Amino acid sequence: MSAPVFQGYRRPDGRVGTRNHVLVVPTVICASVVAERVAAAVAPIGTALPHTAGCGQLGPDMHVTHDTLAAYCGHPTVGAVLVIALGCEQVVAQRLAEAARAAGKPAEIVAIQSEGGTVRATARATSIARAMAADLARTPREACDVSSLILSVKCGGSDYTSGLASNPALGLVADRLVDLGGSAVLGEIAEIMGAEHLLAARAPNAETAGRLLRVINRVESEAMALGLDIRGTQPSPGNIRGGLTTIEEKSLGATHKGGERTPLADVVPYAGRITRKGLTVMDTPGLDVESVTGMVGGGAQVVVFTTGLGTPTGNPIAPVIKITGNARTAASMADNIDLDVSGVLDDRETLDAAAARLFDDVLAVASGKETATERLGFREFAIHRRNPTI
Amino acid sequence: MNPVIVISVADNVGTALETLEPGRVVTRDAAAITVRERIPRGHKIALAAIAAGAPVIKYGNSIGTATSEIAAGAHVHTHNVSSARGRGDLASRREVPQDGRIAEPPDDRRNA
Repeated sequence: MSAPVFQGYRRPDGRVGTRNHVLVVPTVICASVVAERVAAAVAPIGTALPHTAGCGQLGPDMHVTHDTLAAYCGHPTVGAVLVIALGCEQVVAQRLAEAARAAGKPAEIVAIQSEGGTVRATARATSIARAMAADLARTPREACDVSSLILSVKCGGSDYTSGLASNPALGLVADRLVDLGGSAVLGEIAEIMGAEHLLAARAPNAETAGRLLRVINRVESEAMALGLDIRGTQPSPGNIRGGLTTIEEKSLGATHKGGERTPLADVVPYAGRITRKGLTVMDTPGLDVESVTGMVGGGAQVVVFTTGLGTPTGNPIAPVIKITGNARTAASMADNIDLDVSGVLDDRETLDAAAARLFDDVLAVASGKETATERLGFREFAIHRRNPTI
Repeated sequence: MNPVIVISVADNVGTALETLEPGRVVTRDAAAITVRERIPRGHKIALAAIAAGAPVIKYGNSIGTATSEIAAGAHVHTHNVSSARGRGDLASRREVPQDGRIAEPPDDRRNA
């Protein structure tokens, strides 16, 4: 049997896209509304990254903001980049445009102050975005090997079904993709706490295992240093109502989605580029939108998001597939759910059969099939920050 | 369909796939366990007696410590299990290890 393929967009830098967006990037919160208006004029090919950062940030946070925005500008699901600057902010518009050009994409900058206000800036940027969208509409999809896929695995709104059905099904998909030469990325460090020994045992060497354990220790120590009990936050109130008792239980269930046997290839910082085949762990918080934002920034072109209770979360540039193992949620939040794997729990379907359906759906979505989040316009974007705004 | 799912042979708790009422008898392998109190769907039932201070095992791993003695058939949740992790409220203040801050960029990219 030949290796499975999907229909993607080959980029000049060798990466492969699953979407072909005109990305409208505000450098700073002050330019976010203009960016959203410009992207809306060319939706759905146009998409914006409205955010609350870009100025008043201390060193490390400023770097994370810069690097995350630059990572989106170079991302393979993006075909062209339009940067909306204000003019007096910390984030440097030219660096974002350079990140896009370095990946072989056209990039333009419109600055609100030098353009003579938001009305003129919006008009000029919209005209540029329309021309970019017209060019991108002519780009064909081509057959691409699945080894070029980086799959982000995520869970949110977890309940008892997450660890028993949807996460194990997703784990089988991650294992299969890695067997075929692809990659998977797992974030949410706090939700590895209690299961880190299982992942560390899959590292090829002590150095990689050590990096995983150090980042987990740092997150746990941050809570300890504040004198806080992590139980107020992890598991969440909804998790506890759903039957999850401790962070260890949540983590053991959550870590299934990273596969059962894929090697732990790398540990990377927030939105850091994923370069290794196998499983990469990214240093992200558990908060859904910040976590997905980081993993897509790292290069993931498809996100599979398991949920027990149901959540709307999407992403501006990458498709997010929602699956649930909870039959009630599949019915009550049908609008938000792409795939129902609840049959695993009441013997209507085997875990292997559910994973096979999910794998097929990943390839269909990578080839252009619209997800619930795309259909409903959920495009949340939030850059992680550690330090105060000043 | 068995109303209780048990993942690993090492587990001393199972997950109720439907709400279990007191007096109902559920099985684990050959053993019969009488449900002692109402256990909501998705919550855990003790498959054997668990001593105070002993680990509660699910997925073949510890998910926390029993804070009181738990009888077989009892509801196992936040009222009788405590996490061993992230308990800054119990710890003496501990320093955040700086070498673990892999999120910071290398020096050559600062102030670029």
